[in-house]
Amino acid sequence: MKTKKVSGLKLYFHYLSIIFRSAMQYKASFWIMTVGHFFVSFNVFLGVFFMFQRFSHVEGFTYNEVLLCFSIMLMEFSLAEIWARGFDTFPSMIRQGTFDRVLLRPRSAVLQVLGSKFELVRLGRVLQSIVMFGYGITHVEVRWTGAKLVTVLFMLVGGVGLFSAMFMIYAALSFFTLEGLEFMNVFTDGAREYGKYPFGVYGKKLLLLTTFVVPYALVQYYPLLYLLDRRNDPFYILLPLLALWFLLPAYGLWRFGVRKYKSSGS
Amino acid sequence: MKKYLSFFRLRLVTGLQYRTAALAGMVTQFFWGFMEIMVFHAFYKADPSAYPMTMEATAAYVWLQQALLVFFGAWMFEGEILDTINNGNLAYELCRPIRIYDMWFARSVANRMSKAILRCVPILAVAVFLPEGYGLRLPVSLPAFLCFLISLAMGLLVMVALNMLVYGSCLYTISGDGMRILFASLSEFLAGQVIPLPFFPEKVERILELNPWASMGNVPFRIYGGDLAGAAMIRAMILQALWLVILVAAGRLLCAGGEKRAVVQGG
Repeated sequence: MKTKKVSGLKLYFHYLSIIFRSAMQYKASFWIMTVGHFFVSFNVFLGVFFMFQRFSHVEGFTYNEVLLCFSIMLMEFSLAEIWARGFDTFPSMIRQGTFDRVLLRPRSAVLQVLGSKFELVRLGRVLQSIVMFGYGITHVEVRWTGAKLVTVLFMLVGGVGLFSAMFMIYAALSFFTLEGLEFMNVFTDGAREYGKYPFGVYGKKLLLLTTFVVPYALVQYYPLLYLLDRRNDPFYILLPLLALWFLLPAYGLWRFGVRKYKSSGS
Repeated sequence: MKKYLSFFRLRLVTGLQYRTAALAGMVTQFFWGFMEIMVFHAFYKADPSAYPMTMEATAAYVWLQQALLVFFGAWMFEGEILDTINNGNLAYELCRPIRIYDMWFARSVANRMSKAILRCVPILAVAVFLPEGYGLRLPVSLPAFLCFLISLAMGLLVMVALNMLVYGSCLYTISGDGMRILFASLSEFLAGQVIPLPFFPEKVERILELNPWASMGNVPFRIYGGDLAGAAMIRAMILQALWLVILVAAGRLLCAGGEKRAVVQGG
């Protein structure tokens, strides 16, 4: 029999279809969980909504402007989460020794880890970010131009890349610690949660930190200033893509971890 | 009573074993608390006249909430209890000469306490030394501090009593994953964990303060910061006690009914 080598992408979608079909065996539970996740992130929105019932602006940003910021951040996160959350369960893969099996197969380890888990229920969050994104884009007082649409696109690309890098670091660290580090949540769920307000709100020091060390401000604060006509330098359009540099150390750490990997047995 | 106390002690000792996890959790919560306070400062700067609490009371609220996160986290269900219901080990529990409700109640209280004790002391100790308006202030007065402790204890019991209603209804439905998520996100909002209740518009706040979730962290945290005092404080504490009695009675009833019709799932 002749064996055909399937392309990586095709294999990934094959993984997805398996997961999708197995989740659909429990339809009711799937829908309830999706609604549940929708409400979990809806709470954050309600918090912002009620704060702006009382205050008209924060650091010069109005309600609609904050909402635009929040919705883009949420979209970046939920898109990254949809495809990169496989990294999230990676620590248990290490502990149970199932990663050995992954290494035995002649395909990329990253691909297999990503395909190991695809949480459909998180679609609830995507759904919400799409609704909010629609609202934010239509209600904020922005004169939309081609350059601004490109900026939004770059924000999404840069943001998804950055969040994915964080998920990857979380997984890579478990090569050394064997368990998930709760602290990494600060850079994933924490960044989403606090990215609802433009990072300038949190003071100068944090803005510097999120510009040069963990470049979240590059995909959120600076391009937002451009969208809202606070800055006109076209350099701001490209800034979100600069955040992609973070994928390099993330992948480096992962490679280093794989090379150092010693099976935990079982 | 003695047997419930020993369930309580057993759980407490087990919980104290996970020290590294506690350390990682502490660092995380410290960071979250800090970010939270920075947001409140930004809003304060935007419009001090619209700000409903003092900055000191807000900071105290945020730090206590972070330090005592596991006291009032509605998402924290005990996996063991849920497993017992799902895998049929419930049968063993029913054989014991104890009341299921009381045993689960004691265990849940102990579980939350063991996790909180480890985490809260270091967080609070650091928060006390932060500059004014950012850190945790000292208690307003000794009587207020005593009221804070009493109210804190009642708040914890109310939280567990609400949890027990969820366990109780699991006796009827078996699979309650979605329901638990809905319960958790609803309580997060109603308890003032997304934003403190005083930040809501006045009319909304007055209604929200009556719900059972507002009898958890909302009351003690605000007593500590001096936001709730005098007659309003007494009223809030009476409401706490009232909800506690109602919720426990309802939970007992639910469990008693559930025990009778419980179907043991295999095992």
